[in-house]
Amino acid sequence: MSTDPLTESTFAERSRAQLAKPFLRQAVPRATDKAVNDLRARFVYHDYDGLREMGREIRARTISNLDIYLDQFADALAANGVHVHRAADAAEAREHIQRICREVGATRVVKVKSMATEEIELNPALAADGLQITETDLGEYVVQLDGDKPSHIIAPIIHKTRGEIRETLSRVAGRELPDDASELTGFARETLRDAFMDADVGISGANFGVADSGTVVLVTNEGNGRMCTAMPRVHISLMGIERVIPRLDDLAVMLPLITGAGTGQLITSYVTMLSGPRQEGEPDGPESMHVVLLDNGRRALLGTAFQDVLHCIRCGACQNVCPVYRQVGGHAYGWVYGGPIGAVLTPLFRGQAAGGELPQASTLCGACDDICPVKIPLHDLLLRLRQQRADVGAAPWRERMAADLWAWAWSSPVRYRVVTRVSGTVVRVASGLGLVGRLGPVGVWARGRALPMLARRPFHTRRDHDA
Amino acid sequence: MALFPTCLGDLVAPEMVEHARMALVGCGVQVAPVRGATCCGQPAFNSGFHDQARRVARVTLRALAQTTGPIVVPAGSCAAMMSRHWSELFAGDRDATLARVVSARVVEFTAVLARHLDALERCDLRWPGTVGYHDSCHMLRELRLSAEPRAVLGCVRELELVPLASSDRCCGFGGTFSVRYPEVSVSMADSKLNDARGAGVDALVSADPGCLIQLGGRAERTNGGLRVLHVATLLHEAGLG
Repeated sequence: MSTDPLTESTFAERSRAQLAKPFLRQAVPRATDKAVNDLRARFVYHDYDGLREMGREIRARTISNLDIYLDQFADALAANGVHVHRAADAAEAREHIQRICREVGATRVVKVKSMATEEIELNPALAADGLQITETDLGEYVVQLDGDKPSHIIAPIIHKTRGEIRETLSRVAGRELPDDASELTGFARETLRDAFMDADVGISGANFGVADSGTVVLVTNEGNGRMCTAMPRVHISLMGIERVIPRLDDLAVMLPLITGAGTGQLITSYVTMLSGPRQEGEPDGPESMHVVLLDNGRRALLGTAFQDVLHCIRCGACQNVCPVYRQVGGHAYGWVYGGPIGAVLTPLFRGQAAGGELPQASTLCGACDDICPVKIPLHDLLLRLRQQRADVGAAPWRERMAADLWAWAWSSPVRYRVVTRVSGTVVRVASGLGLVGRLGPVGVWARGRALPMLARRPFHTRRDHDA
Repeated sequence: MALFPTCLGDLVAPEMVEHARMALVGCGVQVAPVRGATCCGQPAFNSGFHDQARRVARVTLRALAQTTGPIVVPAGSCAAMMSRHWSELFAGDRDATLARVVSARVVEFTAVLARHLDALERCDLRWPGTVGYHDSCHMLRELRLSAEPRAVLGCVRELELVPLASSDRCCGFGGTFSVRYPEVSVSMADSKLNDARGAGVDALVSADPGCLIQLGGRAERTNGGLRVLHVATLLHEAGLG
């Protein structure tokens, strides 16, 4: 069983560990700034906000009628000769995929980058069955070789230096590879080509599932998606049930939104649209194709105050603009999804007890709201999760006591005056004696910042005030 | 107009509130400070404690209801809380109607001044130096005020407003966030301050005392010769009031 950082440590502890990595603190801002700047540059002559509104409308309509579109998708897939499997949770999804691999007598599996497979922790389960798994997205390949975890939805090794990548690949090569991006990619390409040729099963996620045509859509830049879904005998796609869209026409809106918001591209190098296994007379494609529809906590959000989070298309744009993510990267969030979307999804999928801390790890700056390609009100969802945490009693008693004390003191002008005057004196005296560090949150503040002293003459005591 | 100092203005930046009052008077705006108000309730609201937030906000709401005309707030985030979240906070409450009426009267300080740019121009304000403006997140994204404070600074002669790459990036304050995750919060402030220092500005100016205690507090500890001040204070130094 792998360790679970989410329950074994706090965001504060994990973020401190990340802050201590000088490279991460250069690389993450550089890469995320580039994605955001590219997005803005590409859409100079396109109406990004207009497109976002169309995207929001499509996603809201889909999620409001999820079962209708999901059934339509499943029927269309079946009509195309695709085997459809429904999984209520991660364990069921793993079992479906393990069973398919057993039935086809697979020994080797190649994978396209997929957060859904991360979410269900697929790789350890397949490895336990004796399967040899190869991640074929370059970033995911490095993550796999290092026994690491992806730290960004789109850019899994955003936290690694080229030097670190070179060391990892050199270990596989058994020789020192040159410190050159194209040489390193070239080596990975050669190695991965054998994996594609030898694999029995290709496993992918799904960026979209088109209901009217029964099509699984993948957007990739490296071409590995196409190799994984065309070369092996069997293709399995794991898709979160919320990733369905009604019509093929909707891709005209959703494709530029996901590629633009994700990588600042108007379109990715490859857009792969899979509508079934190889047909009579076709030269390539798998003999059989399976789609596993993953619920794992999604359906439970329908009809709740958190339904809008199901609109998410996993583009990573909210991570790219998040000022907190910028400092600490994705691993600080402790589970599969980092940044603002992770701070919302984690408590919803893993529960308040495990993930309830994450919504506090935000300054509520709202930058995520402004960039989200489908206009998910992440800021409001974070606020609602904080409220839920307080309402269900998941907030620490100290926080509740502080809120109660504050409310008592500040809900009367007289108490407010007296309490703030006394507090001001206490802080001043403590400062004079060098004891500020013992004053709880005041001391915490003062560790890195000058303390804003409570004025000896607050505004409410001034002469003008009575004028 | 009524001037609501906000708790932060009242307790840690009374000079700034006084500067704001003088600036408004200098533009010919009649202004009276509100009595008996404490806080908009944001600290508890943002922590999820709505009952506690409502208890405090109610005192302020009722005090503000005693005043007439626009309610000027020299703190972007507090203005956003009152404008955008009070209706939710008081939804279904006995003061729901009052909350809607009062929150519709709330107007952020620089937005008021931006309606008196001609009067500001006539004041012959001077502040020789370069300035970077820091957008308060809630003022920018909840009230959509970004041109207004810049237009106000544009009325000051010899002041050069330098665009900063990070002007709309959060300073790391975030209320309780600042003491919950102090290391992250401080490194966010450093990122802003380094950007401002890199641009070579003399001062970093904002219209939100929350951002200012964060950036000012960190600037003081890192001692890079950068001043951090409220728009109202800059206007005062420029000769207003």
